[in-house]
Amino acid sequence: MYPLIARITHWINAAAMTVMIGSGWQIYNASPLFPFAFPSWLTLGHWLGAALALHFAAMWLLAANFALYLGYGVISGHIRRRLFPLRPREIWHDAMAALRFRLPHDSAQYNAVQRLLYVLVGCGIALAIVSGLAIWKPVQLYPLTLVLGGYEVARRVHFLAMSGIVAFIVVHLTLVAIVPSTLRHMITGRT
Amino acid sequence: MIDPSLHRRGLRRESRRLFLRGTLSIGALSLLTGCNLEDDDAVDRVLSAMSRWNDTVQAALFSRARMAPTYPEADITDPFPFNAYYKLDQVRHVDGAAWRLEVSGLVTERRPWTLADLAALPQASQITRHICIEGWSAIGKWGGVPFRDFLARVGADTRARYVSFRCADDYRGSIDMATALHKQTLLALTFRDAPLPAMYGFPMKLRVPTKLGFKNPKHIIAIEVTNVYPGGFWEDYGYNWFSGS
Repeated sequence: MYPLIARITHWINAAAMTVMIGSGWQIYNASPLFPFAFPSWLTLGHWLGAALALHFAAMWLLAANFALYLGYGVISGHIRRRLFPLRPREIWHDAMAALRFRLPHDSAQYNAVQRLLYVLVGCGIALAIVSGLAIWKPVQLYPLTLVLGGYEVARRVHFLAMSGIVAFIVVHLTLVAIVPSTLRHMITGRT
Repeated sequence: MIDPSLHRRGLRRESRRLFLRGTLSIGALSLLTGCNLEDDDAVDRVLSAMSRWNDTVQAALFSRARMAPTYPEADITDPFPFNAYYKLDQVRHVDGAAWRLEVSGLVTERRPWTLADLAALPQASQITRHICIEGWSAIGKWGGVPFRDFLARVGADTRARYVSFRCADDYRGSIDMATALHKQTLLALTFRDAPLPAMYGFPMKLRVPTKLGFKNPKHIIAIEVTNVYPGGFWEDYGYNWFSGS
């Protein structure tokens, strides 16, 4: 059920995202936007310069891998078949079932809540990339930064995108812990 | 804003050019590479190569026609933050009357400049956003001599790759020639229409609104046009050299 490209891009994304989030938290700590800092044991890069070097190296891997997945997923129909349709009635029904712990979590056929969350995290990654570009190059990519509300707003959008991705990861890893067979599927491709 | 002493604490743990040593835990490395690399120099080399690649990308992305956005007076950040590799009470106080600006390297006119010489040149001003590598930003107003006019007056070879700066506070920096010739790059003598206060770099700082704050050296005493990569104070510890905005 998981084609090889989907599995490879999944694991590259997991590694790149780990580096981006860990180094991003260290960069955040240099000038926190909100009245808290991330604990240093959760960050990557032991000072700002190292964290930035990691962030600006791993961003290429993250973006290239994401583009590869999107290109493959759209052209092959993988995304359309696996993640769509998104019907509000089905999502509502499956969300209620999930809250009563009566929703099957199946790698062969995603339920409506899974489909919604995977589409949302895809949008979250896209937003993280776009807002990241906007704060990396607020002069050269000025139109993009402007669309996102200017440099200071784009910083917050970037933080928001990270928060959404992290929230997804928490749910994702919790469900993998509850249904460990999904981990095997994502490695071997077989269900 | 980060306490500069945090930077120093970070730096004390570093030797030059080994800035990334210990960057990744072995666990994170295994995750990245699938094996147990223990040679941190390999990580250093990869990240340094990526930083040079990012210099190339940024140089390609840089457009001399693209102006940094400008703002109305009402948007100026007050008070404008002080930031340096030292604390506010360690700011250097330069004697403006005795100050001379040295010019060297690939130029035809090597005579030193006084403040009066610079003030006599046509002046420009801008209200632009200063973006710190730490993430914060602030809007300020700087006035002074467009750097490209200055480079023309000293007969700089504008085909040279770099312009480097030495400062009275022992800071060093360098920029690419394309940025040096950008219309908004200024040898700034004023802040908010008054002579630069000591904390903002009296008597002269470089104002580059197309680069991060640390690429805007203060208290400049010497300028050199060169083809030999000059590095800089933070760049030598591992900050990306181009650091364009």
